[in-house]
Amino acid sequence: MTAMSAADDGEQAWWGGPRDVLHAEWTKLRTVAGPGALLLAAIALTTAVGAIAANAVTCPSGGCQIDPVKASLTGIYLGQATVAIVAVTSVSGEYSTGMMRLTLTAIPRRWQVLAAKAAVTGAAVLAAGTVAVLASMLAGRLLLYGHGITPAQGYEAMSLGTGPVLRAAAGSALYLTLIALLGLGIAAAIRDSAVSIGVVLGLLYLFPIVTNFVGNQHLQRHLEQISPMTAGLYIQATTNLRSLPLSPWQGLGVLAAWAAGALLGGGLLLCRRDA
Amino acid sequence: MSVVTPHRPELRSGSDGFAQLLRAEWTKFRTVRGWVLGTAVVLLLIVGLGVLTTANSVCSMPGTPQNPNPACPAPPTGPGGEWVSDSFYFVRQPLAGNGAITVRVTSLTGRYSTHPGLAPGQSATAGMTPGVQPWSKAGIIIKASTAQGSAYAAMMVTGSHGVRMQWDFTHDVPGLAGKVSAASPRSLRLTRSGDVIRGYDSIDGRHWTLVGTATLSGLPASVQAGMFAATPGHSVFSTSLGSSSALGGPALATATFDRVNRQGTWPAGRWTGEDILGPTDNALLASAQGFTQAGGRFTVSGAGDIAPAADNGPGGREAALGGTFAGLIAVVVIGVMFITAEYRRGLIRTTFTASPRRGRVLAAKAVVLAAVTFAAGLIGVAITIPLGDHLLRENGNPIAPLPALTLARIIVGTAALLAVAAVLALAVGALLRRSAAAVTAVIAGVVLPYLLAVVPGVLPVGVEEWLVRVTPAAAFAIQQATPAYPQVDATYTPGAGYFPLAPWAGFTVLCAWAAVALALAAFALRRRDA
Repeated sequence: MTAMSAADDGEQAWWGGPRDVLHAEWTKLRTVAGPGALLLAAIALTTAVGAIAANAVTCPSGGCQIDPVKASLTGIYLGQATVAIVAVTSVSGEYSTGMMRLTLTAIPRRWQVLAAKAAVTGAAVLAAGTVAVLASMLAGRLLLYGHGITPAQGYEAMSLGTGPVLRAAAGSALYLTLIALLGLGIAAAIRDSAVSIGVVLGLLYLFPIVTNFVGNQHLQRHLEQISPMTAGLYIQATTNLRSLPLSPWQGLGVLAAWAAGALLGGGLLLCRRDA
Repeated sequence: MSVVTPHRPELRSGSDGFAQLLRAEWTKFRTVRGWVLGTAVVLLLIVGLGVLTTANSVCSMPGTPQNPNPACPAPPTGPGGEWVSDSFYFVRQPLAGNGAITVRVTSLTGRYSTHPGLAPGQSATAGMTPGVQPWSKAGIIIKASTAQGSAYAAMMVTGSHGVRMQWDFTHDVPGLAGKVSAASPRSLRLTRSGDVIRGYDSIDGRHWTLVGTATLSGLPASVQAGMFAATPGHSVFSTSLGSSSALGGPALATATFDRVNRQGTWPAGRWTGEDILGPTDNALLASAQGFTQAGGRFTVSGAGDIAPAADNGPGGREAALGGTFAGLIAVVVIGVMFITAEYRRGLIRTTFTASPRRGRVLAAKAVVLAAVTFAAGLIGVAITIPLGDHLLRENGNPIAPLPALTLARIIVGTAALLAVAAVLALAVGALLRRSAAAVTAVIAGVVLPYLLAVVPGVLPVGVEEWLVRVTPAAAFAIQQATPAYPQVDATYTPGAGYFPLAPWAGFTVLCAWAAVALALAAFALRRRDA
């Protein structure tokens, strides 16, 4: 009964402040084994795949069109899937256990719940993504330089001091964060883990495959421009920018629009529906 | 309270109850609205995306006022029904009935351009670099007629593949190795006896070796026979990370023949030169090709190729299969949920109490799931391919002819691919018991390697090939329509529709993954509490 009365006394301060909502979401994320392990897996997978791709790059005769930064960051293709699991399960996991009813009883302002989840998951993914990107670029630098893909040969130097490289690195960490937000929004709308992750991965992976099947260059270009993954990953390009259908930041903007749309749709459904 | 059913032991009679298990699992599947809807979604995605890709694959040629949007011309079709290149310079005369032709080739040289176009007003070979292409070919040929795609058999020397006997475009048998030169000439002989043509080669013109025997059924009594020269264009495949492209230009091959010996009835008595060229062949200008005769010595220059067409390209039947991948993702979601939903609701405890042999429950689930997804996939692909053909034809695309067996393999194989992928998803779901992780693992294992392999500029070629060899994505080889011919140089990459493994071998890789996952899942189910 003492706990009950304490809650009654400080009712406004107990659930009202955004800080407390954030704190609650952070506690959930921190105290469940899944998200931490998955984020570590995302770092490991991103770095490993990037290292394998960088290690396979050879250019025996020289003069190859290689973007060393993009090559080292190939692991993002797999890492984003792991990030999507973290984001999707942070919402759908609560639905599957019935925790969501408790959460929404405690914090009836449902937009705040979604915003707090977005902030906490986004921040965690941004941190993990930064580590993954830096590790990938370090591995790529060691391997590619070892294979003769060096600035002396006219390739982009893998140093964060140059603008395009910094853009690719920071942009890739942001890319992963936006993937998390996209996953969060879709999971809030769909609520089931399996279906949500299927939709997220379908959105990411199907666009480039279908684009490859379309025998119409005009439509191909349009599909590339609206594809969340293809357009979003333009941020990794450091060379040959003119051949891209969109500029790197425009491309990331396309992904941001997808993420914002998903969060908006998910938030509206979250507010309208019974939990 | 009268709903309690008495224990009825006669239900458990029969074949150990596996039929009942199947029935139970089928009842579960068909009564969950989401899964039935999901199966309908699989079908809709396969058909819908197939229609989207084919309806937007427009092939158009530069039009004329009379015909503003002419259809793209189809390449000639060979005797085996496949698309072929049949373009060469032919020094010929008719051969009536049985007979033979023997020549000695003393040189094969060539010139090539590194740029696609030739400057107007220049002579066709101006600015070209001396050099012979690997599959430049010159020799003797017996051909049903001068029509493109007609049956033939030929003995030839090549740029860097030695002496070959080739017939009817797809057949290729090696003869003597090594390059031809004045110091090491090659003698070639073709004999015709009814429908059978035999090819021989010799170093000295005295000791002959049989290279191959071709049976050209329905060869007319009077055929065209003589010398030919052809070469595919010069191409450099740059397949680095940044881009994969084929750069190159036209090429010309020139061969010198002497000691021409004819046996049998050759009514014309003199040689006629003819440039065999069709509207789609991108060969050199006719002015560069031709032949000269000085005494018994012939010099023949030609461009083009006599080979199967290697370009799968856009507008191929594969365009209709773009929806397979979307269907696959939906199938994976259903496959995983078929087991994880039972864990989530606790139904799995009831299921295992009712039938304690857990491996059999998993087997029953796999059978039901595979049957449902196979049926959905089969209907989807069987609708999409004819519909896609129709749309492609409407858009002016020539449709590559496919043998009925290949078409059946693509349709049935795609449905089987979906079914086995669903079983893999079920097994991974049973292993991981978490639906999001299981769905991601299977999609990352099946779809992502394919994506990384086909989208150009993501991975180096070596890694691409490795991905579609060892990962479950190897199964997409089942959709390959045109085989890769060793006697044609082309970009045989997954992105161009060519897989390193044979169709059923690639499918077996997926089956092996599914079998291992299923075995691990059965083991884990037995060991763990439900």
